[in-house]
Amino acid sequence: MATCLGDAMFPQAVKATVKLLRRLGHEVVFPEGQTCCGQMHVNTGYLREAVPLVRHHVDVFEPVAHGEWDAVVAPSGSCTGCVRHQHAMVARRAGDDALAERAEAVAGRTYELSELLVDVLGVTDVGAYYPHRVTYHPTCHSLRMLRVADKPLQLLREVRGLELVELPDAEVCCGFGGTFAVKNGETSTAMLADKMRNVLDTRAEVCTAGDSSCLMHIGGGLGRLRTGVRTVHLAEILASTEATQTPAAAGSPGGVRDEPAETQQ
Amino acid sequence: MSTTHLGMPAVRDDSRDTGLPTHSPAGQGNLRGATSFPKAAQAKLADTQLRRNLGKATGIIRGKRAGVVGELDDWEELRLAGSAIKADVMARLPELLEQLEANVTARGGHVHWARDADEANRIVADLVRATGADEVVKVKSMATQETGLNEALAEQGIAAWETDLAELIVQLGHDAPSHILVPAIHRNRSEIREIFLREMPNVDPALSDEPRELAMAARAHLRRKFLTAKVAVSGANFAVADTGTLSVVESEGNGRMCLTLPDTLITLMGVEKLVPTFSDLEVFLQLLPRSSTGERMNPYTSTWTGVTPGDGPQEFHLVLLDNGRSAVLADEDGRSALHCIRCSACLNVCPVYERVGGHAYGSVYPGPIGAVLSPMLTGISGPDDPNASLPYASSLCGACFDACPVRIDIPNLLVQQRAASVESHPRPTAQDLALKAAAVAMSSPGRFTAAEKGLALGRLVAGRKGRISSLPWPMSHWTDSRDVPAPPAETARQWWARTGGHEDGNDDGQGGRS
Repeated sequence: MATCLGDAMFPQAVKATVKLLRRLGHEVVFPEGQTCCGQMHVNTGYLREAVPLVRHHVDVFEPVAHGEWDAVVAPSGSCTGCVRHQHAMVARRAGDDALAERAEAVAGRTYELSELLVDVLGVTDVGAYYPHRVTYHPTCHSLRMLRVADKPLQLLREVRGLELVELPDAEVCCGFGGTFAVKNGETSTAMLADKMRNVLDTRAEVCTAGDSSCLMHIGGGLGRLRTGVRTVHLAEILASTEATQTPAAAGSPGGVRDEPAETQQ
Repeated sequence: MSTTHLGMPAVRDDSRDTGLPTHSPAGQGNLRGATSFPKAAQAKLADTQLRRNLGKATGIIRGKRAGVVGELDDWEELRLAGSAIKADVMARLPELLEQLEANVTARGGHVHWARDADEANRIVADLVRATGADEVVKVKSMATQETGLNEALAEQGIAAWETDLAELIVQLGHDAPSHILVPAIHRNRSEIREIFLREMPNVDPALSDEPRELAMAARAHLRRKFLTAKVAVSGANFAVADTGTLSVVESEGNGRMCLTLPDTLITLMGVEKLVPTFSDLEVFLQLLPRSSTGERMNPYTSTWTGVTPGDGPQEFHLVLLDNGRSAVLADEDGRSALHCIRCSACLNVCPVYERVGGHAYGSVYPGPIGAVLSPMLTGISGPDDPNASLPYASSLCGACFDACPVRIDIPNLLVQQRAASVESHPRPTAQDLALKAAAVAMSSPGRFTAAEKGLALGRLVAGRKGRISSLPWPMSHWTDSRDVPAPPAETARQWWARTGGHEDGNDDGQGGRS
């Protein structure tokens, strides 16, 4: 499950997820019919409009409920949260109990990346190497909707060369909140300011998280102010190895980046 | 949607009885602001003193709460118990209310039923006038703030004196409460000193901003009121159906003075404040103080049952307030909002509340619970209704649910009320059209892929900088403070179609960073 944002804006997180899981010996399938889980619609109050999105998602990912695949994984806490905690509700509210049951079957086998690695695959050392000073922001939906707790930190602690710095007030929202960041842009920015202050206080060069959306927000602020801190998805760190080019050359959206985008392939 | 009805056994008015539970009527009480949340928040965000006061105060309360909650190893069980008791109350509210009425009456109290704010205010004013008094002392009460009782009494020539210290600060400052528990949380001690010097009769002009001195000044001021007032008005934290007992929990003892010294006590209480049995208080008297003030036990817990001859007020009136609660109860998905025990823990942990304060919400119920309860009580009349913006006053971060002592799933209620907001639109708004179009585009891979072709435009806008720093409205609300990265040259699906998920030469060994 690439997620619409991962597909369109942050394919590097999707590619990293694929690379990582393959390195760990798993077969990865990318259902090409996939589009979007409907989270934006649900969380903006368009519950009726979200029904076709939920139905489409269930149609595409239902093979997992029939045992064709073992699990669905998304490099996103909030998209996984929407599938697990909202899809059935949206279907039931629309009076479609059959869809709700199918959605629950898919949701029961849908995992956020750190959950899949730690809970399902039972691995914390994924063989990654990432020689950088990193701080981790636990995204709200991974933390309070999925309860991933310290799984991402367990994974990061095993990464060779990685200097992990604790983020002060880590569990406070960065202010993204989907359309909240636009509908209440100023309040969102006030929240982001405090998150950025805490990130900068860590003197980390990289802020990581399990959601590209929150990273787009934090990175969008850090980049605007030319702070010299970049945002990198957890999957990208876990996919990195000694053979990986240092990120100064590769860069990442949101942080400071002087090269033209064309070199970012 | 179920059709649960409260039933109002003491009030019969067929001309108003439509058979359907009604929302709190427009033009009454203090559940609606005049401006939308984003607009109101804009001004508050710029108030640096407010930001400092709120950040400091909520930080302290959060720390205290975390400490006393953390020391209980059965906290989660207590939350479950609190939630279960409240769910039971809502499931049989009419029956329990009649039981309460019978028990209060049997112990010498009088029960009145108020369908809305105006009716409640009228009942209270008539009761006060019947005593011949022209002033009342008040225990801090959200229900009377909700109905705007003080203003209604003033219109009848009755002065209402707030005796809770924070409520007194708000009243003397001609201000409005901004927090359920700490109504003057937006004020610091220097501002309080200035208010006292300006507004308090006979205050020592040398008053400093030491908390003790401020409290002493308030005490001297209030003692005069306690000793002369014949009538007190209170709210209630709990009402026990099986005994007819009312309870107020507080910190200062001023409430205890009001509840015991005057001849007449009038209590205005929302109908949802019930618990079935006296022993249920055991659960809530653990949950409430730890969640609200961050104390193991609040200093003063007063309970009274009807009238006790020769001890305390000899006349007791209980006014039961609906004011939209029946409408909330009728909403099966939303009725858990009525479980709220007004502890304000959700306000103190809310990153939105902490930055904008309570006034931005317009209603006397601010913060996460207010953002759902206010529109649920009033209903949402359309896109221009200020309460339509309240459910969006949240990033859905979920901190409120974790803090709620009765486990109200506030994030889910916020989503449900957003849906109520969207569905109140008589004609599609620009946002409606955009989201409907997006839903069509995103529910088919072909259409979605076609829409992704538009990303090339983003790359063009980003240019050689690789970032977009300015976009037209409404996305300008994003780019005002945040860049947007240039879209990638290749989407993930294009990459998969091209490589089958195997990195190409350029990507090899780049750790997934494209």
